[in-house]
Amino acid sequence: MIENRPFGRLVAHFILIVGIVLVAFPIYYTFIASTYPTQAILSPPLPLLPGDQFLQNYSDALFGGARSIGSVSMGRILLNTTIVALAIAVGKITISLLSAYAIVFFRFPLRMVFFWMIFVTLMLPVEVRIVPTYQVIVDLGLIDTYAGLTIPLMASATATFLFRQFFLTVPDELVEAARIDGAGPLRFLRDILLPLSKTNIAALFVITFIYGWTQYLWPLLITNDNSMNTIIIALRKMISFTDADTQWNLVMATTILAILPPVVVVVAMQRWFVKGLIESEK
Amino acid sequence: MNRRAIFPNTVLPYLLVAPQIAITLVFFFWPAAQAIRQSMLREDAFGLKSRFVGLDNFARVLADPAYVNSLQVTAVFSIAVAVSALAVALLLAVMADRVVRGQGLYRTLLLSPYAIAPAIAGMLWLFLFNPSMGTLAVLLRQAGFDWNPLLNGGQAMTLVVAAAAWKQISYNFLFFLAGLQAIPKSLTEAAAIDGAGPAKRFRTIIFPLISPVSFFLLVVNSVYAFFDTFGIIHAVTGGGPGKSTEILVYKVYNDGFVNLKMGASAAQSVILMILVIGLTFVQFRYVERRVHYS
Repeated sequence: MIENRPFGRLVAHFILIVGIVLVAFPIYYTFIASTYPTQAILSPPLPLLPGDQFLQNYSDALFGGARSIGSVSMGRILLNTTIVALAIAVGKITISLLSAYAIVFFRFPLRMVFFWMIFVTLMLPVEVRIVPTYQVIVDLGLIDTYAGLTIPLMASATATFLFRQFFLTVPDELVEAARIDGAGPLRFLRDILLPLSKTNIAALFVITFIYGWTQYLWPLLITNDNSMNTIIIALRKMISFTDADTQWNLVMATTILAILPPVVVVVAMQRWFVKGLIESEK
Repeated sequence: MNRRAIFPNTVLPYLLVAPQIAITLVFFFWPAAQAIRQSMLREDAFGLKSRFVGLDNFARVLADPAYVNSLQVTAVFSIAVAVSALAVALLLAVMADRVVRGQGLYRTLLLSPYAIAPAIAGMLWLFLFNPSMGTLAVLLRQAGFDWNPLLNGGQAMTLVVAAAAWKQISYNFLFFLAGLQAIPKSLTEAAAIDGAGPAKRFRTIIFPLISPVSFFLLVVNSVYAFFDTFGIIHAVTGGGPGKSTEILVYKVYNDGFVNLKMGASAAQSVILMILVIGLTFVQFRYVERRVHYS
């Protein structure tokens, strides 16, 4: 604070509060809607305070509403989404860490070729190679499998860069000391580099977990079988504005269930997340 | 990127890069090459034979009024998303930088849209503004405003822009706040002593100093609006009404998987590839300038 301007500060707080209300309102409204029966949702305007159907709707969405998402239980769908998000996060972090380690700590022919190959993936998002990538998945028989849902999304230029950037700051003396003490490259990776990379790994975990959880186009293409749906795809299939049978109370509860896990991860791991987000873009 | 102390090893490094390189080759390079190959082939009506047509698919795509429309829609959509998401985030970040108490709390409360999938962001806005059941849609109509995004293209565009910009606010906010906090306090203090008020300080000192961050965010937001908003369009409007929200990524998907026009879809993919290469180049070309302040 440079000069003491109580009025200016008041205005700043006011604008921030208005901003937060605007940002939070769509989520809040959906939460409110998830506590009312379908008839109330279909006869707007909805009140601004929660209704009395909270337990009913959420237990229906979690345990009873299976028929609306193609006879698959919500438990299965949440399990699919968790598996996909975790596999993508762990996979991306592991393979990026290993390739950054190879590129920084070894000298070998084609090293820079590999580095540039990883870099170029930045310029090839799924959307620009959508039909042929789908074809590859079909040819490999990976439709409706966890492998098909996750492996193609595991390559990561940003994660590799972040680890590379960090490894370059590790002092040479540390490597030399480890070598003198007789540590081989894998021992050095496990006992020295991994513990040092903890913060980076935590930060990348938040970013990649959310990336995995929020995938849409890819699971939309790769899953035909409803039992392999992720929650976002399942939710999309539940919604029909023309169909009078859409159970809006369950749609709203499912939406909140789809939002909650990644939001909890971001808020709980906020410190690492913010640091990681800003550093991974450097 | 050269270190003195390295491990002498001949096989291990290849094993270490193998998983990443294998995925890159199988799921990135091979499909990209296929997209380029398919973009120069045309299949007959039964999809049995295909022949080489050179750049003819590109000529057809670029001459297609539906594609030109999609280009215009994408331009309007991206500019609207980037400008509104940046403006709101900058305003909030400047305010958050100004307050002493509660900054952490404000930041936490502004984080959640980052964690929400674009498709769900679209649905949340649709729940509010759907003409048949959205509370705000009903209130708009009661206020005498003829609101129906299912029939009115402009209103549909407004809705998807709002959802897409809303989702991007937290990301931009975090970067702007980090940029603002990296500005040395001595600079703004010196200006304040010389009699510059908050508005003047913002215009003459703060804004020029965060312009690299802003530029970087502009590129990131454009990439986001081009590619990551597929879910919003697919979940909210399906490109409609009457192709008024059919952005390029949605059209590639639609032509490839719904209309099954492989050559046209591949040609569009290649055009998108060129676009994203251009954007990445711009982003890295200016990366040096950005690092000073972030």
